[in-house]
Amino acid sequence: MPDSSRETHTRTGSGFGRVLVFVYGIFALSATGRSSVQLAVKASQAPVAYSLSAFAAVVYIVATYALATDRRRLALVAVLIELTGVLAVGTTSVLFPQDYADATVWSDYGNGYGYVPLVLPFVGLWWLWHTRGHAGAPGRGARDR
Amino acid sequence: MLVLQWVLTGICLLTALVVVVLIVRNRTPGVAVLGLLAVVELGLLVQLVLGIVRVAGPHDGVSVATYVGYLIGSLLILPVAAIWSLSERSRGGTAVLLVGVLLVPFLFLRLAQVWGTHA
Repeated sequence: MPDSSRETHTRTGSGFGRVLVFVYGIFALSATGRSSVQLAVKASQAPVAYSLSAFAAVVYIVATYALATDRRRLALVAVLIELTGVLAVGTTSVLFPQDYADATVWSDYGNGYGYVPLVLPFVGLWWLWHTRGHAGAPGRGARDR
Repeated sequence: MLVLQWVLTGICLLTALVVVVLIVRNRTPGVAVLGLLAVVELGLLVQLVLGIVRVAGPHDGVSVATYVGYLIGSLLILPVAAIWSLSERSRGGTAVLLVGVLLVPFLFLRLAQVWGTHA
């Protein structure tokens, strides 16, 4: 079985990961929708906030794609950027609300989305850690399915 | 419009209940659940038409792009959830339907907010 080494860990899009990918997809969709409406209709009003919305959309799209296709390193990078983004934008939007002319997905730690944007990267990191594979330890992960 | 949303919310919650039972018993959804999803999706299509008629009339400062964006976005949720769920027949796959079916009523709230804050 030359191919079995690829299956030594749970795929990131499998099991609980199925739900996680779907939630990431929802945020990819809503952040994309939000930023395209903002950039198309009123780009000049709050260019910084709207650029951040667009950046968040890209991060969510990459994370969704990487988690769905089991690209673990790309997923880790995307989730870490997402975590940094929500913490940085969340903190600065609470401390300096006057600098944000309009809301982004990550404003106030994502309270416009029930704080899911704050929780999601932590769940993502936990899931990547939980499903991490060890080549040469066949069977690991299959058990968790 | 609002009556339609209440009816669809009812069907969504019923479907959610059925899906929770399926998850607990580790079963995968059958034709009944898919039928309920199809009914909700049909209702969302009607909502899109009614919503477009609504914004074509007087809408007093409501962001048309946002409103129509939510109307169209809500149509994507259940088909994507169904495909993504059925492509892995597992507990996790079934749970995808639960997220999708609970998201739809939240989109109704969002639509009401988008309409209400300006009207």
